[in-house]
Amino acid sequence: MQWTKRHLLGLEGLSREEIATVLDTAAIFKEILGRPVKKVPTLRGVTIANLFFEASTRTRMSFELAEKRLSADTINFSASTSSVKKGETLRDTARNIEAMMVDMVVMRHSSAGAPHFLAKHLDASIVNAGDGTHEHPTQALLDLFTMREHVGELQNRKVVIVGDILHSRVARSDVWGLKALGAEVTLVGPTTFMPAEIEGMGASVSQDLDRAAEDADIVNILRIQRERQEGGFLPSLREYTRLFGVTSERVAGMRDDVVIMHPGPINRGVELAPDVADGERSVILEQVTNGVAVRMAVLFLISRVRASERTEDAELLAEVSI
Amino acid sequence: MKRILIRGGRVIDPAAGTDDTLDVLIDDGRIAEVAGSIEADDVSTTVDADGRIVAPGLVDIHVHLREPGNEDAETIESGSRAAVHGGVTTVAAMPNTEPPIDTASWVEFVASRKAAARVLPVAAITVGRRGENLTEMAELRTAGAVAFSDDGCSVLNAALMRRALDYARMVGVPVVSHCEDPALSGNGTANEGLSSTRAGLKPVPAAAEEVMVARDLILAGTTGARLHVAHVSTAGSVELVRRAKADGLPVTCETCPHYFSLTDEEVLTYDSSVRVNPPLRSRTDVEAIREGLRDGTIDAIASDHAPHTHEDKEVEFDAAPPGMIGLETLLPVTLTNLVDGGVLDLPAALALLTHRPAGILGLPHGTLAVGSEADVCIVDPTTSRTIEASWFRSKSKNSPWIGRKLRGTVTTTICRGEIVSAENGGDTGADPSASPGRGRKLAVHA
Ligand SMILES: [Zn+2]
Repeated sequence: MQWTKRHLLGLEGLSREEIATVLDTAAIFKEILGRPVKKVPTLRGVTIANLFFEASTRTRMSFELAEKRLSADTINFSASTSSVKKGETLRDTARNIEAMMVDMVVMRHSSAGAPHFLAKHLDASIVNAGDGTHEHPTQALLDLFTMREHVGELQNRKVVIVGDILHSRVARSDVWGLKALGAEVTLVGPTTFMPAEIEGMGASVSQDLDRAAEDADIVNILRIQRERQEGGFLPSLREYTRLFGVTSERVAGMRDDVVIMHPGPINRGVELAPDVADGERSVILEQVTNGVAVRMAVLFLISRVRASERTEDAELLAEVSI
Repeated sequence: MKRILIRGGRVIDPAAGTDDTLDVLIDDGRIAEVAGSIEADDVSTTVDADGRIVAPGLVDIHVHLREPGNEDAETIESGSRAAVHGGVTTVAAMPNTEPPIDTASWVEFVASRKAAARVLPVAAITVGRRGENLTEMAELRTAGAVAFSDDGCSVLNAALMRRALDYARMVGVPVVSHCEDPALSGNGTANEGLSSTRAGLKPVPAAAEEVMVARDLILAGTTGARLHVAHVSTAGSVELVRRAKADGLPVTCETCPHYFSLTDEEVLTYDSSVRVNPPLRSRTDVEAIREGLRDGTIDAIASDHAPHTHEDKEVEFDAAPPGMIGLETLLPVTLTNLVDGGVLDLPAALALLTHRPAGILGLPHGTLAVGSEADVCIVDPTTSRTIEASWFRSKSKNSPWIGRKLRGTVTTTICRGEIVSAENGGDTGADPSASPGRGRKLAVHA
C-alpha cells in the first residue's frame, strides 16, 4: 500500500502508485457495497465534518453515504459564500472545527485554495470536495476507477475531455490523474474555454471533436453552465451544441467500444444528447455508484495515516517516559 | 547646531558619480562636506561607517500609508517609521485613502502629520477617484501635491485622461498612471498562464496592463504631458515604454522589487501575501523587467508598500485584498536579487532608489551633494538574515519575504540631519502597538 498523505487536496503531484492504491482500495469497498449488509466498522469513533460552502447535492450525498458505510460520526455544515463575508466564515469555521476536535473535514468551497487554507491551520485531515476552478480530486478518482473498470490499465489509453475546461475543476483533476497513470489526454472545447498554457499540464488541445474522439477509448463530457453565454464565452448554446455537443451522430463516428462519461448534472440537449446519455456506451450512473466506493477508500486511507501517527506518538511518549 | 560626522564609509552617490571611501559631514540639517578625511570641531555624533555603504536616503515614490481611513493597517507615523527602518527618507503617499486625497485640506493633512520620514502627498486625478471630474490640480499642487494619481484603478474614460494629462502639464507635475483595463482583468487574482491554470485562480492577462499602458503612452504623446507609469510588471509594458522613450516621449516608469524577484508560481501556495495588483508575472516577464532596469527603460524602483491587517489578509486567496508591504525590504531585495543576481552593479541599483525616482517627481532629494538636505542611508552590506515578522516596523506584516534570506541591513538612517533609525541600539522607531496578529494558530503565517 502506497499511501502516506494526511490530506487529499488535489491529484496534482500524486504518483501512479498512490492513485493505484486508492483505486485498488475502492475496488474492495465496491465489493462490500454489493453485499446485503453494506456497512463496515472501519471508521467507528472517527468524526468527520462535511463543510459545504457551495451547494452540491450529489457530491455531498456521496460523501455522506461513504461516511455512513464506514460507521463514522458526521456533522454537516452548509452555507453560501455569497451570503456571508468570505474569509470570516472560513476562519471562524476553522476555529470551531478545531474546538469540536473533528478528525476529518470534507470541504467544498467556491475559492481555489480554501482547503489548503484550512489544512494549514487545522490538525484535522482535509478532503477537498471541490475548490473553485482548481481541483475536485474524488470526482477524478471515481472517473479513473470507472475508466479502469471498462478499459483496464490506462497506460497509453486515449481520453478526450470535452467542454468548458476553463471553469472545470474536474478537468484539471482528471488531467493530473490521467497523466500520472500514463494516459494520453486531449482537451476539446472552444478556444474561449481553454485555460492559458494548459498544455503545460501535459494534455493536448483540440477544437475538432470529431477528429479528437475518432480513436478515443473514453470521452468525458463536461457540463456547460448556461450563464457562460452572458459572460461572453459563447455566442450561443445552439452554436456550442453544433460544434461540441455529443450526439448519436457524433458517437457513430467514434469507436464501437468508446466509453461515454459525464460528471453530472447533465444539461440534456446542450453538451450531451439524451439518447447518448441513456445509451449503451454511457457509464454515467456507474460513475455515481463508484463515487461512494472511491470516497470510502480515500477516507479509509487517510484515517489509517492518522492512526499510524497516533501510534507513533504513543511509541514516542512511551520512549520518553522510560 | 547638530553636527554629525560619518567616518570612513564607502560613499556611493549615484547622482554625482561618487564611489569612494570618504567622510561625510552634516551640519544644521544639510550636507556640509564630503571629503577624504574631514577634521571637524563640535561634532555631536560620529558614526563609524567602516565597511559600510553610505548612500543618499532612499526615495520611494509609490507608497500606501492608509491614513486617513484605514489606520489599523498603517498610519502616516507608523509607515514613516517603516520607511526609515528601510533607509527610505522620502516617500510619495498614494491618495487611495478613505476618503481619497482630492482636496487641498487633505493634501495639507497628509503633509502635516508627524512622521519620521519626508512624506509627500500624491493627490487624486479625479474627484473621489471616481473617474468623472478632474480635481483642482493647481490648488492641490500649491497645497503640496507632488503628483496626481488615481492609483488602484485607471482613469477609464480616455477623453478625461487626456484632459488630466493636459491640465497636469500646465500645473507642472506628472500624472502617475495605474494601468489596468478592468474589463480584461475582471475579478482575476493571478497572472494568466500555467500557474493560474494549475491553481484554478481567475486569470489576469498581461494585456489588462498593456492596453492601458499603450493608451496612456498615446495620450502622453498627443498632450506632451509628463506620464509616469506605475508598477510596470510585464514584458510588453517594458517594450511599449522602451519604444515611447525612443520616440522621445517624456515618459518614465517604475517597477517594484517583487516584479523582478518573484514569479507567478508563488500563487501555487495560495499564500495571500503574494496576491498583488498587478499580479506576479511569468519568468519571461521577470527577465524583461530585469532587462528594462539594466538598459534604463525603467527609471525607478518603488515598493508599492501596501499594508493590510492580518485579519484582512488571512483569508482565501481570492478574498484577500491585493498588496504587500515593501518599504523595509526595498533595499535588501534589490541587493539580493538585482546586485547579487548580476543584473546591476551597486551604484546603478542605488541610482534607481535615489536620484532617479527623485528626478521623476522633480525633487531635490536622493543625493549627497553639498548643500542638500541631509538624508543618508548607511548599510551593512555583509549581513544576510532571514526576515521575521517581528522585525518589521510597519503595522502590517503582509510580506512574502518573511522566512526568506535577504542581504543587507540598514544600520542608520538620517533624515534632514537627524538620526531617525538605527538598527543596533538608539532605535527611535520602536512601536509598542505593533504586536503580531491576533489569534492563536491562525496568527502564525510565516
Ligand atoms: Zn497601482
